[in-house]
Amino acid sequence: MAAPGGAGGSPSAEASAADGTPYAVELRGITKRFPGVVANKDIELRVRRGEVHAIVGENGAGKSTLMKTLYGMHRPDEGTILLDGREVHFRSPADAIAAGIGMVHQHFMLADNFTVLENVVLGSEPTRRGRLDRAEARSRIVDISDRYSLGLRPDELVEDLGVGDRQRVEIAKVLYRGATTLILDEPTAVLVPQEVDELFSNLAELKREGLTVIFISHKLDEVRRVADSITVIRRGTTVGTADPRTTTTKQLAEMMVGSELPTPETRTSTVRPTVVLGVREISTLNAEGRAVVDRVSLTVREGEVVGVAGVEGNGQAELVDAIMGLRPLSGGEISLGGEDISHWSTRARRDGGIGFIPEDRHRQGMLLDAPLWENRILGHQTRPPAAKGPFIDRRAARTDTERIMREYDVRAPGADTLAVALSGGNQQKLIVGREMSAGPRVLIAAHPTRGVDVGAQAAIWELLKDARAEGMGIVLISADLDELIGLSDTLHVMLRGALVATLDPARVTPEELGGHMTGAATSAGAA
Amino acid sequence: MSVVRRIGLALLAPALAITVALVISAIVIALIGENPLDAFRVMTDLGDTPAQQVQSIVVILNRFVPLFLAGLAVSVAFRMGLFNIGVEGQYRLATILAAAVGAAVVLPGPLHLLLIVVVAVAVGALWAGIVGVLKVTRGVSEVISSIMLNFVALGLASYLLTGPLRGSEEGASVVTTTPIAESGWFPDLNGLLTGLGLAEPRSDLYGFLVVALIVGVLVAVLIKRTRFGFDLRATGMSPSAATASGVDARSMVVKTMLLSGAIAGLVGLPDLLGDTHQFGTEFTAGLGFLGIAVSLLGRNSPLGIAFAALLFAFLDRAALPLQFADIPSSVVTIIQGTIVLAVVIANEIARRLALRSAERAGASAATPPPLSGAGGDTPPDDGPGGGDQDRTGQPGQPQGAQA
Repeated sequence: MAAPGGAGGSPSAEASAADGTPYAVELRGITKRFPGVVANKDIELRVRRGEVHAIVGENGAGKSTLMKTLYGMHRPDEGTILLDGREVHFRSPADAIAAGIGMVHQHFMLADNFTVLENVVLGSEPTRRGRLDRAEARSRIVDISDRYSLGLRPDELVEDLGVGDRQRVEIAKVLYRGATTLILDEPTAVLVPQEVDELFSNLAELKREGLTVIFISHKLDEVRRVADSITVIRRGTTVGTADPRTTTTKQLAEMMVGSELPTPETRTSTVRPTVVLGVREISTLNAEGRAVVDRVSLTVREGEVVGVAGVEGNGQAELVDAIMGLRPLSGGEISLGGEDISHWSTRARRDGGIGFIPEDRHRQGMLLDAPLWENRILGHQTRPPAAKGPFIDRRAARTDTERIMREYDVRAPGADTLAVALSGGNQQKLIVGREMSAGPRVLIAAHPTRGVDVGAQAAIWELLKDARAEGMGIVLISADLDELIGLSDTLHVMLRGALVATLDPARVTPEELGGHMTGAATSAGAA
Repeated sequence: MSVVRRIGLALLAPALAITVALVISAIVIALIGENPLDAFRVMTDLGDTPAQQVQSIVVILNRFVPLFLAGLAVSVAFRMGLFNIGVEGQYRLATILAAAVGAAVVLPGPLHLLLIVVVAVAVGALWAGIVGVLKVTRGVSEVISSIMLNFVALGLASYLLTGPLRGSEEGASVVTTTPIAESGWFPDLNGLLTGLGLAEPRSDLYGFLVVALIVGVLVAVLIKRTRFGFDLRATGMSPSAATASGVDARSMVVKTMLLSGAIAGLVGLPDLLGDTHQFGTEFTAGLGFLGIAVSLLGRNSPLGIAFAALLFAFLDRAALPLQFADIPSSVVTIIQGTIVLAVVIANEIARRLALRSAERAGASAATPPPLSGAGGDTPPDDGPGGGDQDRTGQPGQPQGAQA
C-alpha cells in the first residue's frame, strides 16, 4: 500500500495531535450498518484544526455515509465522535450545527426565487420585534463575505447566479450559522476548472481564518492540490492516510481502488468515411417557445466518437431527446445511414439501429420494479431474443440476460432480481450490455459513466472503444471532461442550445474546454 | 429470493387486509348489539340440505362472474397506471344497447349471442375510448372524465330505457326493454352440476362463467406474455422509461382504455343472457365500483382477481341469510368496505417489504465490492434531475442510504 504515513494504523488512545492540541474532529471505530449491509466499518479519522483534510474513495466506498454520521443525519452503531477532544452525540443535524459543524451539500439546497440574503438567513433569521431584521442580516453577511473573500451580493436572486456563486452562497450559509468545521461533499463535481480554482482560493481563505475543512472527493489531482492531509476510504473502511506533498496521484489511486486508475484515452483513429448519423440544422422549442436546441448540426461516421461538451442544461438533454424522437423538431433533419428519419417514431429509430444509453437511467433506462430480464427486453421489445412474433420470449430473454450479466460483469444474484436491488454501476453495465447486444449502428451515450465506480467506468470505456473499433458511430454527451477528451474523435461544445465550438480532442486541455463551455473563450481560437 | 418467500409476500397483503377487515367488522357488529360470531356463522352457513348448498354455490358463482369481469376491466387499465373509474357507466350503457339489439333481431342461437356480445363489447370500448382520447388530445385526467362519463352513461341509459328502447307496458311498475328471444339466451351449466352428481339448483348456473374464465386466461396471457402486454406494464411502471424504449404512450393510453372498456362491456351480460333477458330499472347496479375493489384486492393479477371476486361474491350471498337472522345485511357492505381500505394499506406495506428484501438480496449479491449501491454515496457527477438524489440527503431516513 502506498504511503500509509501520518496517523494511520492502530487507533491511538490519546485524542491529540503531535503538538498536544486536540484534533478538531476525531472519529474512532465508527461502524454504521444498514439492513443487510455494513456501510462503514471501523472508520478512523483525525482532522487537525485549521487544515483542509480530504477524504477520498470510490463511489459507494462509504464517504457520504460517514459524513452523514458526522453531520448527525444518522447515528453510528459503534464508535465515538470527538470534537476538540470532547466526545459528542448528535441526534440531528441541528446538534451538529450547534457544535460548529456545517455541511455544504453536493446538490445545492437553495430557494431559487429568494435573494442571497434570504437564502443565507433562512432557518436562523435574526429578528427584531418578530420581523426579519434585514439590516442585521446584511451586515453579518457582508462581514462574512469580506472576511473570506466570497464576493457575495446580498440582494441578488439566486436563480440569476452561476454554479460557482451558488456554491459560495452555500458556504456562506454554513459560516453564518457559526460553523468552524466545514464538510464539503464533492464540491467540484458541478464546477468547470475555472470555478474549481476560485473555490480553492476560497478554501485557502477559510483555512487562513483558522477554519477546518473536510473535503470529500474522488478527483485525486484536485485533492492533491488543495488538501493538507488525505484519508483514503475503501469499501467502507479507512485504509490509511497520505501526505499530498509526498504521495503521487498514482499511489493514491492504488490505495483507493487497489489497482491502477484506468484512462479513457483512445489514440488510433478508426473513423471510416461512411456517415451513419447526420443531424442537420435541427432545432427544438421548449414550452415557452424558446429554442433549447438551436440549429445544431452533427455528422457521425462509422467508428467515430463525436463528443458534445457543455455545462449541464445547455440543451444537451434536449438534443439527445430530439435524436431519439422523444421531442418534436421545429426544424432541421435527422438522417440514419442516409435515410431521413425526422418523422420516425422512437421505436422505428431504435429498430433502425440507434442504441440509447440515457442520461438518467432511473427515469429513462430501467424499470426499477421489474426483474433484470424484463429490463433486458426494454427498448428491444420488437426483436429477438426479446420477442417471438407478438409474444415475449421469456426463456430467450432470460438466457440472454444471463449472458449479459456474465459478459458485462453485472453483479446480481440472477436474471429474476429486481433492478432496484442493483447498484448504479451494475444497472449501468446492464444498460450498456443491453444496448450493445442489439448491435446498433449509432449509439447515443448520455453520461454513460455517471455515478458508477471506477471499475465499472473503465469497463464501460473499454466497451465503447471496442464498439468504435468495430465501426459503431457514437454520440457521447458527458460532464466528465477527461472522458470527453479521451474518448472523442471530434469534440463539439454546446452553449445555450447551439454548438459554439469544434475542438480537436488530441490537443485541447480541460481548462480550454472549460473556457469554451462557459462561453469565456470564443470559437475563434478553436481548431 | 426464494419462490416460496415471494408467494408468501404476495399473499401477505390480502390475508392481512381480510383479517383486519374481519376484526373491524366484528367490532362494528358488536357495537350495534349483535353477536359477531353469530353473524359470521350465518354468513358461512351455505344451507342444511345438499340442494340448498348447491343453490348457495350457484348464487355465489353467478355473482362471481360479473365481479370477475369488472375486476379484470379495471385491472387492465390499472396495470398501465390508468384509473378506469368508468366501468360502471361502460357496462350499463353496453348492456342496455346490447339488450335492445338482441331484442330487435332473431337469429340462429350462436349468431344471436355473438351479435349481442359484440355490441356490448363495442359500446363498452367506445365509451371508455372517449376517456382515452380526451386524455391524449386534451390532457384530461382519466379519473375525472371517467367519473363524469359515468353520470352521462347512467343518464343516457335511463333516457333510452324510458324512451326509445322501452319495451314494457305503459304504467308497469318495473320499466324494461323488450325481452330477448330465446335464441339469444346463454345456455346454463346445470347439466354440468347434475352430471357431477350434485342436486339440481333452483337457479341456473350462468354459462357465461366459461366466457369469463376464458377472458381471464386471455387477459393473463396478453399482459404477461405478449409484446403489447409488456409495453402496457412498462408504461405503468415508468412512463418515461417506456417512452424512451419506443412505446408510443399516447396510442397505448387509447388502446388500453379500449381494451378495458371492451371487457367492461361484458360485465352486464351474465345477468342479461343468463337470467333477466332484458335490461330494466332493476338491473344489477354497482358492479363497476365493486370491480375497482376486486381489482385492488386481487392486486391486478387475473388469478388474484378471481379469488377476490369469489370472496366478494361469497360475502354478497350472505346478505339474504343475515336478514333472515335479523342481522342488518349492511354488515356485508361494512366488511367489503373495510377490506378495500385495509388492502390499500396492506399492499403498500407488502410492497415495502418486498422492496427491502430485494435490496438486501442485491446488496449481498454485489460482493465484491460489498458496498456498491448500499453506501448512500450520491454519484459524483449526477446533475439535477438525476434519479438518485431524490432518495439521498433526507436526514434520518434509512432508505436514503440504501438508494
